[in-house]
Amino acid sequence: MSARARQTAIAYLFLLPALVLLGVFTVYPVLVGTVLSLFDYDVLTPPRYVGLRQFQRLLADRYFWIALTNSARYVLVVPVIQLCSLLLAVAVNRPLRGIRAFRAAYYIPVITSWPVAGIVWTWMYDQQGVVNFVLRTLGVLDRPFSWLTHPSLALYAVMFVTLWKGLGWYMVIYLAGLQAVPPEYEEAAWLDGASRRQVFWRITVPLLRPYLLLGSLLSTMAAVKVFEEIYVMTRGGPFYSTYTMFMYIFDTAFEELDMGYAAALALVLAAVLLAFSAVNVRLFRHGGLEGYE
Amino acid sequence: MRADGRPRARLHPGRLTGTVLWYAGLGAGAVFTVFPLAWTLLVSLQPAGPVFSLPPDLRPWPLTAAHYRGVWETLPLPRYTLNTLLITGMGVGLTLVVCSLAAYPLARMRFPGRAAIFYGILAMLMLPEHVGLIVNFITMMRLRLVDTYAAVYLPSVASIVGIFLLRQAYLSVPRELEDAARIDGAGELTIWWRIMLPLVAPALATLAIFQFVAFWNSFLWPIIVLKSPDKYPLAAGLLYLRGLFAHNTRYIAAGTVMAGVPVIVLFVFTQRYFMRGVTAGAIR
Repeated sequence: MSARARQTAIAYLFLLPALVLLGVFTVYPVLVGTVLSLFDYDVLTPPRYVGLRQFQRLLADRYFWIALTNSARYVLVVPVIQLCSLLLAVAVNRPLRGIRAFRAAYYIPVITSWPVAGIVWTWMYDQQGVVNFVLRTLGVLDRPFSWLTHPSLALYAVMFVTLWKGLGWYMVIYLAGLQAVPPEYEEAAWLDGASRRQVFWRITVPLLRPYLLLGSLLSTMAAVKVFEEIYVMTRGGPFYSTYTMFMYIFDTAFEELDMGYAAALALVLAAVLLAFSAVNVRLFRHGGLEGYE
Repeated sequence: MRADGRPRARLHPGRLTGTVLWYAGLGAGAVFTVFPLAWTLLVSLQPAGPVFSLPPDLRPWPLTAAHYRGVWETLPLPRYTLNTLLITGMGVGLTLVVCSLAAYPLARMRFPGRAAIFYGILAMLMLPEHVGLIVNFITMMRLRLVDTYAAVYLPSVASIVGIFLLRQAYLSVPRELEDAARIDGAGELTIWWRIMLPLVAPALATLAIFQFVAFWNSFLWPIIVLKSPDKYPLAAGLLYLRGLFAHNTRYIAAGTVMAGVPVIVLFVFTQRYFMRGVTAGAIR
């Protein structure tokens, strides 16, 4: 064997385990999933080809539309979470004593598992819980609410937990962005007499554009695919008011074992995700350092 | 962190007031993120009395470890802990092996198809995982792996972000070290194991920490692919127990703390790696 052929063989041997695993558990499922949406399959009996019937079924399915609406509504959390974590990043981007401890405190919810977060926040939201206590003490509420069992509040209550758990993660992204922005532009603006606020919104934020794209893209994807927080706190209730696409896919696939229909739902969700990402890229396409260099 | 002496400081006439206000804001944020967890810790340590009351009972004294003893002895917490350790250990170990093997030729060897494979792997990041979930369950059934630990960790050990992270680390190793070993007649496997791996140890540590947290905290895939609750890891087991023992809030609080604390402790000691990992993984 020539030295070159030997080198190639060795290279592929190194790659083999990863390629096999990625092939079996990452690529193959997407291909099969696409085909599966054309079949009726309940795991126990052999799959039966039904053409586009699963997709027709979707259109007349009330729960599909409820789930789709709730998933789209969940995107409301994105601007809130991005703005809050950007401000948080600015707040911790200062050479103050003990700043690392604060960064750590904001990051702790990120590394907390969803079951832990869900249990803790179910208690926080209890009728006699801390959330009601704080809001009543501040005079915002005159009587306690049962947040997670209130049909028009539950979705927003869950979103608030998404905010709590996600803040620290996006803060780290924006902190990296703030530290990568060369200080000259801001300094030039200071010298020209710009105010603090002007410098932040007119200079710093546009320079952060690539980071804002990344943050809002990741956060939009997570919002449309929201599942964990729903599963651990409301399971889609009350009265389907927090029932989202992923929740519906989960129930269809693993409770009903209606795999073909679940695959069709999953493909629709993938298309929705693609559409939302395109919107994000459009919003934040230009910016960063490109205008300056 | 930027150096001191930035114009920012000059713009603050009342500098001390500004700093105090800044700390107050930071403190309020920290209370918001930490309070729910700290309160759970307190609930798990208070001896008795109503958990939910207005105002909440925040007395830090007296405290007891009785609920921890109780939950450990009467509920299958030891079993869940063991399951978590097995799944996390196997998952992290295999991730390190698979990713450090795959990243090596992508960074250091010349062979036909290298670019295609590298960009192909990166492109897989865009595949919709939630579609994969359904088929992976069917695959596990076919492989007769449903209800085994292997089914839990196998789909996530070939981490794409991990391969990318390690490739970047290998790329920064100077060529001379490798050449010297080659002249001494070392084979590829020896070079990889003896020379490369020790030099990319920081990247390996970052990946190990991230996978540890991911496996320790995972519950969605485990509840799909494990059929018997006695094989659940802590995160999944906790949800299951909450369903059964919802009335015993202090026991569930103790279990919650046990499931959450190891990761928080790891984080406190390795904060540096976390911050580096998020930016390395998220920003390419």
